[in-house]
Amino acid sequence: MSVGLTHYLVVSLLLFCLGLFGVLVRRNLLVMFMSLELMLNAANLALVAFARYHHNLSGQIMVFFIITVAAAEVAVGLALIVALYRQRRTAHVEDLASLRL
Amino acid sequence: MLLAFLGSLILWARDATGEPAVTWLALGTGTGGLQIELGLKLDPLSRLMLLVVTGVGSAIHIYSWGYLHADRNRGRYFAGLSLFTFAMLGIVLANNFLMLFIFWELVGVSSYLLIGFWFARPAAAEAAKKAFLTNRLGDFGFLLGIILVWAALGTLSFTELEARLADDPAALGAAASVAGLLIFCGAMGKSAQFPLHVWLPDAMEGPTPVSALIHAATMVAAGVYMLCRVFFVLAVPGSVALELIAWIGGVTALLAALLAVQQNDIKRILAYSTLSQLGYMVLAVGVSGASRDPSVAMYHLTTHAGFKALLFLGAGSVIHALHHEQDIWKMGGLSRRLPITFWTFLLATLALCGVPPLSGFYSKDAIIARTLESGHHGLFALATLVAALTTFYMFRLVFVAFTGPAKSQAADHARESPPVMTLPLLALAVPSVLAGFWGIHRVYGAQYGAEPAAAGSWAQQLVEPFAHAPLAAGAGLAAALMGWLGAWAWYRAALQDPLPARFATVARWLRDRLYFDELYERLIGWTQESLARLADGVDRWVIMGVAVKGTHGTFELLGRLLRLAQTGNLQTYAFVLVAGVALLLFLVMAR
Amino acid sequence: METLCFYLFAALAVVCGFLVVANPFSRNPVASAMFLVLTIAALAGLFVLLHAFFLAAVQILVYAGAVMVLFLFVIMLLDLKEEERRSWRKFGLVGGGVAVALIALLMYAALRQSPLGAAGEPRVEGSTAALGELLFRQYLLPFELVGVLLLVGMVGVIWLSKRAVP
Repeated sequence: MSVGLTHYLVVSLLLFCLGLFGVLVRRNLLVMFMSLELMLNAANLALVAFARYHHNLSGQIMVFFIITVAAAEVAVGLALIVALYRQRRTAHVEDLASLRL
Repeated sequence: MLLAFLGSLILWARDATGEPAVTWLALGTGTGGLQIELGLKLDPLSRLMLLVVTGVGSAIHIYSWGYLHADRNRGRYFAGLSLFTFAMLGIVLANNFLMLFIFWELVGVSSYLLIGFWFARPAAAEAAKKAFLTNRLGDFGFLLGIILVWAALGTLSFTELEARLADDPAALGAAASVAGLLIFCGAMGKSAQFPLHVWLPDAMEGPTPVSALIHAATMVAAGVYMLCRVFFVLAVPGSVALELIAWIGGVTALLAALLAVQQNDIKRILAYSTLSQLGYMVLAVGVSGASRDPSVAMYHLTTHAGFKALLFLGAGSVIHALHHEQDIWKMGGLSRRLPITFWTFLLATLALCGVPPLSGFYSKDAIIARTLESGHHGLFALATLVAALTTFYMFRLVFVAFTGPAKSQAADHARESPPVMTLPLLALAVPSVLAGFWGIHRVYGAQYGAEPAAAGSWAQQLVEPFAHAPLAAGAGLAAALMGWLGAWAWYRAALQDPLPARFATVARWLRDRLYFDELYERLIGWTQESLARLADGVDRWVIMGVAVKGTHGTFELLGRLLRLAQTGNLQTYAFVLVAGVALLLFLVMAR
Repeated sequence: METLCFYLFAALAVVCGFLVVANPFSRNPVASAMFLVLTIAALAGLFVLLHAFFLAAVQILVYAGAVMVLFLFVIMLLDLKEEERRSWRKFGLVGGGVAVALIALLMYAALRQSPLGAAGEPRVEGSTAALGELLFRQYLLPFELVGVLLLVGMVGVIWLSKRAVP
């Protein structure tokens, strides 16, 4: 059985759901962040697969941009986490409930 | 004022052929709304009433000139007096309910101003306030009555109302009794009938001529006049209003006569006497339902206006001569020092007591006869009793104040008042004597459609009551005689009132006016207290509790609920976000 | 051969992804990071299978290189001990599980529904030259904007880190 678009999409789906589960369940900020990256990568995979099977390079261009933005996002997010940790001495999301009244 | 009197005389002379009504001004818009035609109504009723008001008013104006010649505020006094007269004439001439009510209120205001003329005296200010407030109470009912009549019949004009009720006596329907009684409320206030009588004796704090004007000719008469004017509303078949009016009148007459027996202030005695006579008039209106002719009430009103004004002015003359001494037990022997005052006063007293051939006899006899004719035997007995009491307290006054030895220094040195005051006394004495056989009641009779009786000679009219209703006339005379004998026996040469010694409790009760003022004070205090408590409760529970705290509570509860959603936990937010995404996705796919 | 490679890389990616999120043996963030590197590498393999060679290289360089190094640096900087074993929140676990299952179900349904078009002959070659052509012609403006974005991100990171130093 040859590998088709659907196969790639299923893999992408699985990875996306794993990432989502991590974001929702894990409570370490860093691990949540990594789960987020996983979700982005799943999206990347889907885009590349579409580009391949729909004869359109624009999907790859999009992935290129996503990677760039993700890099910037990771940099800023990690800087925020560091700053937060310096103030609160914790990277645990349940300890960061200052949004609550 | 004199000019007005002369004008009224001319009008009188022109007889009923003149224009019956003049319309000044029409107010109101369209056909459906409130339409008022301000105008004058000139019929026998108002014509004679004009004569009374202007006649007595002129006498009082002249008299006041002498009575108040030393008062610095004379200008204000005469302004008030003229305003009062103007308002009274307005009532007399009004051709509709609204105009009547406006002038009615104007009378209330000017009486307030006049009673409180010596406003520096707390008692006078209090009395003015009391008179005004008591009147307001009655006027409120009056206004309600007017509104009710307007709502039921759609017009306020007397002429139209009368025509409509004549067409269809049931037009007012079930509201007839209520409307009648509400309108009577107004008369009750102005004419000081039983539950609202308390203001009249206190109104004696005003200058004596004002008392004469208010109590004799005008203000109190306004109530009775109004009752006669709107008699067609009251006399609607099936209405119980008249019956009630008759009994209220009777009770007022008896009560006031009893109270008068134990008063020592000369003006207060006269005030209660006025109350009593007003009760008579109202009684007369009340028992006239069957004959549809309240002219006897107006008859008594007219004669009473004459001799009661005379009594008040005489009392004023006495008070003036004694430098504002009003206690009859400090007078005495005045018949020699104030001859004119004494003789006119005596004349008026005799008229009031109903001694023939003076005017009071005829009018009072007419009322007593009317009660008998209409089958109100209880009221007949009441009226006779009141007649006896009237003679008793009036002669008590005369004996104590005018005969016997002088009981004070001031009484010893009293001098007769100046002519400007005695002349009106003499002038008023004339109608007191003659009014009885002028056939006034026949004039009023014309107003109510009674066929004019053949005008007999004076001599015939003189003895007419005896021929017409011998029982009533006899009873009235006997009552007067009994009263006179009682007064003569007890007060002929008394230096002190013998009654308190013999009937201590009763006398004290009567002297304290049966504690009506105290009762009202308690009642009003209690009502106000309850109302205040109610308002407080409403404020505290409904406004504060439900409106303010309820609003606040609702939003606080909502806020607390919403706050539960705001955990501050990042993952909760993420969870909600995912749920939202899932929902959107589902919606997109379901399409 | 190609099919075998696909299943290999796909299995590697999914298993490592699972270990990133929920490692039954270790709670150490460093382990998570390492497994994430593996996942990214497996994805790069998949990119190669899809003939996206340039992207595969970028994926390895940027993600596995720069980004993951950054993560490890931060982990070291924060000196995070192995996450203390707090009990899993039952509600969070169940809720998260249900939500994820729901999303997965919906997405799978979408996958089944949607017409995927010409899923037959893959022809496009993701050569670097072709990609460069496209990037510098059609997508020049977004490319420049992304450059600006990177600059902004750099400035922001410097400012954030500097403030804490005083």
